[in-house]
Amino acid sequence: MREELQKIKEKALQALEEVEDEEALEAWQVSHMGRNSPLMNVFKTLGDLPEEERPLVGRQANEVKGALQKALEKKEKVLHQTQIRLSLQEERIDVTLPGRPKISGNLHPTTRTLREIYRIFGDMGFQIYRSREVETDEMNFQMLNFPPHHPAREMQDTFFVDGERDRGENPLLLRTHTSPGQIHAMWEYSSTNPADPPPLRIIVPGMCYRYEQISARSEIQFNQVEGLAVGKEITFGDLKGTLSDFARRLFGQGVGTRFRADHFPFTEPSAEMDIECFLCEGEGCTVCKGTGWLEILGCGMVHPTVLENGGYDPERYTGFAFGMGPERITMLRHRIEDIRYFWANDLRFLEQF
Amino acid sequence: MKVPITWLREYVNVDISIPELAHRLTLAGLEVEEIHYVGLPVPEDEQNGQGEHRPETKITGFSWDPEKIVVGAVREVMPHPNADRLVLCRLDDGEEEHTVLTGAPNLFPYLEDDELDPPLKVAYAREGATIIDAYSESKETEFTSIRRKKIRGVESYSMACSEKELGISDEHEGVIILDGDAPIGMPLSDYMGDAVLDIAITPNIARAASVLGVAREVAAVTDADLKYPSLDVKAEGPSIEGQVQIEITDPELNPRFVLGLIRDVERVPSPYWVQRRLRLAGIRPIDSVVDATNYTMLEIGEPLHAFDFDVLQERAEGETPTIITRTAEPGETLTTLDDVKRELDEFTELVTDTAGPLSIAGVMGGAESEVGEGTEDILLEGAAWNFINIHKTANAQNLSSEASYRFERGVHPELAPQGVLRCLEWMQKWTGGTVAEGLMDEYPLPPDDPIVFLSAAEVKRWLGMELSLQEIKELLERLEFEVQIDEEQIRAKTPPHRLDIGEGVVGKADLLEEIARVYGYDKIPETHLADELPPQRGNPMLEVEERVRDILLGLGLREVVTYRITSPEAEARCYPPGAKPEEDTYVSLQNPITKDRTVMRKRLLASVLEIVENNYRVRQRIPLFEIGPEFHPRPKDDSLPEENAWLVIAITGPRTPQAWQGSDTEAVDFFDLKGIIEELFQRLHIGELGFEKSQREAYHPGKCARVLVGKREVGVFGEIHPLVSDQYEFPETPVIAAEFALEPLVDHVSKRYNVEPIPEQPPVLEDLAIVVGEEVPAVEVADLIRQTAGEILTEIRLFDVYRGAQIGENEKSLAYNLVYQHPERTLTDEEVRKIRESILYRLDKELDAHLRE
Repeated sequence: MREELQKIKEKALQALEEVEDEEALEAWQVSHMGRNSPLMNVFKTLGDLPEEERPLVGRQANEVKGALQKALEKKEKVLHQTQIRLSLQEERIDVTLPGRPKISGNLHPTTRTLREIYRIFGDMGFQIYRSREVETDEMNFQMLNFPPHHPAREMQDTFFVDGERDRGENPLLLRTHTSPGQIHAMWEYSSTNPADPPPLRIIVPGMCYRYEQISARSEIQFNQVEGLAVGKEITFGDLKGTLSDFARRLFGQGVGTRFRADHFPFTEPSAEMDIECFLCEGEGCTVCKGTGWLEILGCGMVHPTVLENGGYDPERYTGFAFGMGPERITMLRHRIEDIRYFWANDLRFLEQF
Repeated sequence: MKVPITWLREYVNVDISIPELAHRLTLAGLEVEEIHYVGLPVPEDEQNGQGEHRPETKITGFSWDPEKIVVGAVREVMPHPNADRLVLCRLDDGEEEHTVLTGAPNLFPYLEDDELDPPLKVAYAREGATIIDAYSESKETEFTSIRRKKIRGVESYSMACSEKELGISDEHEGVIILDGDAPIGMPLSDYMGDAVLDIAITPNIARAASVLGVAREVAAVTDADLKYPSLDVKAEGPSIEGQVQIEITDPELNPRFVLGLIRDVERVPSPYWVQRRLRLAGIRPIDSVVDATNYTMLEIGEPLHAFDFDVLQERAEGETPTIITRTAEPGETLTTLDDVKRELDEFTELVTDTAGPLSIAGVMGGAESEVGEGTEDILLEGAAWNFINIHKTANAQNLSSEASYRFERGVHPELAPQGVLRCLEWMQKWTGGTVAEGLMDEYPLPPDDPIVFLSAAEVKRWLGMELSLQEIKELLERLEFEVQIDEEQIRAKTPPHRLDIGEGVVGKADLLEEIARVYGYDKIPETHLADELPPQRGNPMLEVEERVRDILLGLGLREVVTYRITSPEAEARCYPPGAKPEEDTYVSLQNPITKDRTVMRKRLLASVLEIVENNYRVRQRIPLFEIGPEFHPRPKDDSLPEENAWLVIAITGPRTPQAWQGSDTEAVDFFDLKGIIEELFQRLHIGELGFEKSQREAYHPGKCARVLVGKREVGVFGEIHPLVSDQYEFPETPVIAAEFALEPLVDHVSKRYNVEPIPEQPPVLEDLAIVVGEEVPAVEVADLIRQTAGEILTEIRLFDVYRGAQIGENEKSLAYNLVYQHPERTLTDEEVRKIRESILYRLDKELDAHLRE
């Protein structure tokens, strides 16, 4: 009987080797493990055996059944995997067909640049401060050391606002720069403690307006980001360091900066910060007009008169201020040659950012 | 300001290269925008690394080959055998004699003479020389090389050049005739090669609007000595005293007035070197008299005015001419030398005599007293004027001149006599006139040249670097401040040629700028802010705006930024015809630059709809939003307008772009935008969002809703009214738009919302299709289900709306997915059945609704 069981097992396993598909496997299962299989017949005839052999043969028969069961499961797995592999050969796609369009929106290019500026100055402790766009002459000019009829105003052609009442030397106008934000902020901060005003570090982003013919190079409206730091220990060296850091973060750590003297009525000393032209790497090209340098921002130490107008004593406080144009920066970085693209909002332009 | 380097070198030694000089001046605030070479060698080597700096200035122009372009002497001018319009010159170039062909009209007069003695000196270009092609029609400068060829049977291989051919000016009417002392055979580049620095003069450096002024800055930044021009003119005529008088009415407007007199001038052309310098500086030479005033103005910075003294004497009718400076009287007019009759404002300062106005002070002379053909005697004016008044006048008259350019930026009164003396000397040399002894000089209001005190500690406090008092003193002395060290500080007296230094703390700042400039901005070390960090306040409004932007772009919208200056007509387009309020006031511009941009916008929607219109030809899907201010005037108190931030969304076109896989290309509708709004509010965590049917002028009366947070309206949206769409060039698809005032929204945004725990028990899902009358709003069905089920119902989502044959007329079927979820345990079927029954019971009772069979 034992030998027979051994034979049954061997025969079944041998037959299993030859099974190649699920149908054959089913047939194998019927003939080797089914109700009328030799193995099952062994179980059926167990009762006929002498009592002392029964447990031994029974155990052995169960072992054979277990082995066959295991072999069956293994075979099933192999056949299943083989079948999947075969079916995959049918499932081919053209991977070069375009993907299903997924369209996310995007920010206006100016907003993108503004956010970078916010982040860099935010890291240096500058808070974002905003102020109004329709201003008085006093805030836009006089407080910033541009007296009425002063020739320095020539540099900022101004849109004036109609009023029913003659406001004399203080007409309403569209701000020509974000610099009035300096005065608003200084007033707000200094009013909290007029005797010893707190230090302040702000940037003032916002739309400005100039009376200019609209062309590829000039617009009637443009954004500006003003910056202002006022405190008891702020130096021209700090101005250079802070703005050079800014330039390196915005344009790349390797970029060189230079500061050259310039003139703004509300700062003194005043400077213009240039960066090395990143388009030609300083070799000279049409964008940098052959100079190898790109003008990025105007800056300077806050003029004593402006500090005083803001409620900060120029004998105790110093400060620096700067102003830059995010559209200009965007144009330089992306080689945009027409500033009118910004407000025309042609989707063919906006989609590229 | 264009400064020829040869002229500059008369006042200061420049021992650095021209590009290096340009670099130093640029850093010091005199931005050299261009170096234009006119003959001097263009320094190739310096550009390529030998110099300290790379080229930082635009370089143009060309150099003259010293071997091939030299001073030549024309000894005889002869007719051309075969051409009337050409002549032949016998020319000596220092080595041999040549026959040179030319058509230059200014040589024809010499045909009559046999041997020219002295010979005519010309700029002679030998065979192979490179010059500018004067006949090229290209806008760019093109060069040509002189080649041997036959012209009308005579061989030509070299030429005498015009100014255009050598890049001096556009003058090409004749050849250059040099001054007689030009050495024959000398390389022309040695004789008169030049390079012109084009310097941008900012208002605070107006004192440098002259060659001497620039030389002073060069001396300061290169630590060189300044050489002053001579002022000792030899007066040979009788004294001016008694020949003319001066009366100044208002010294504030006219602090100084100086007159000089020269008689018997001859109006001949100026020497060639003068004409060349004027041209290089951008001024057209006229004759020796006019040139002398212009030359002196460029040289010293004092604008001068020449009167025909004979005319003044006639006008005085036998009396001694009296020059009176005063403001214009009402109705007074003057015809200026540009032949324009000008009406004068009451603030216009005039130079007059007893017979009336002679000139607009500091701006432009009058036609009558102008020096003319027959002028023999010249009264020369040098004066000082109030710069603000000159600026006002030049603006009012819309008149800008070389004189007003300088006077409106401030010219120190000390320059007035210097200018007159220098100019008399030039006139004497160039016109042969006789200078009257002395000057008439009225000087009622000398300026205070401020004295400023400054300590080393203050220099450190502002500039962040240590300088000793001695160093500070030396830096300021380079700019001619008179400086003394006074224990702990310096005492600096402003030199008498500048008006830009203030008093007190302003003066200190002015001095600090000068110290930094002369020391070199580039040498001041960069440092990091060491000052106390100020309060970090953030900007809540901006933060919400940025959040809204992020959410909307995640929803597929593109941000636009539009013009904030618009016109009432443009805004009227977003109302149906006739619906725009009549008495509509705007923040309007006094001086608009174009007709379509006259007021500040009051309706952001109109701006965004214009962008939809501008894009419809290039894109079918147009999903836009903008965040920006609307401007509302407050005309009652004439104060500053309201500027409130708004959010506008506008969408149109297919829901998704057409694609090969098939896509939903149905046009977007009301509910697409509603979905965007719902998602926006959800992401902002604004609770209690509600929608109510509404009617607004811009929107379709049946497809418009207002958006509520609690009971407060925060916005409105809907399909744009077809009559509004008619007024735009819109696509066929409806445009759906929304408008929100942002500030009220900010109050509702919650940063601290609670997050619910994830339930551990499985939910029970159920679908209910409810048939209800058409008039019942969907929101009532959902609200009732929600109310009845209570907290067990965690989600309710409408997934189908059906109208049709399977249900009654005037009925709709609303099918919902419901999710029941008990926070702690699994719900039994029995519990869910009971809830469903009570839902159906209430729906039936309260809304006459029933389960769809």
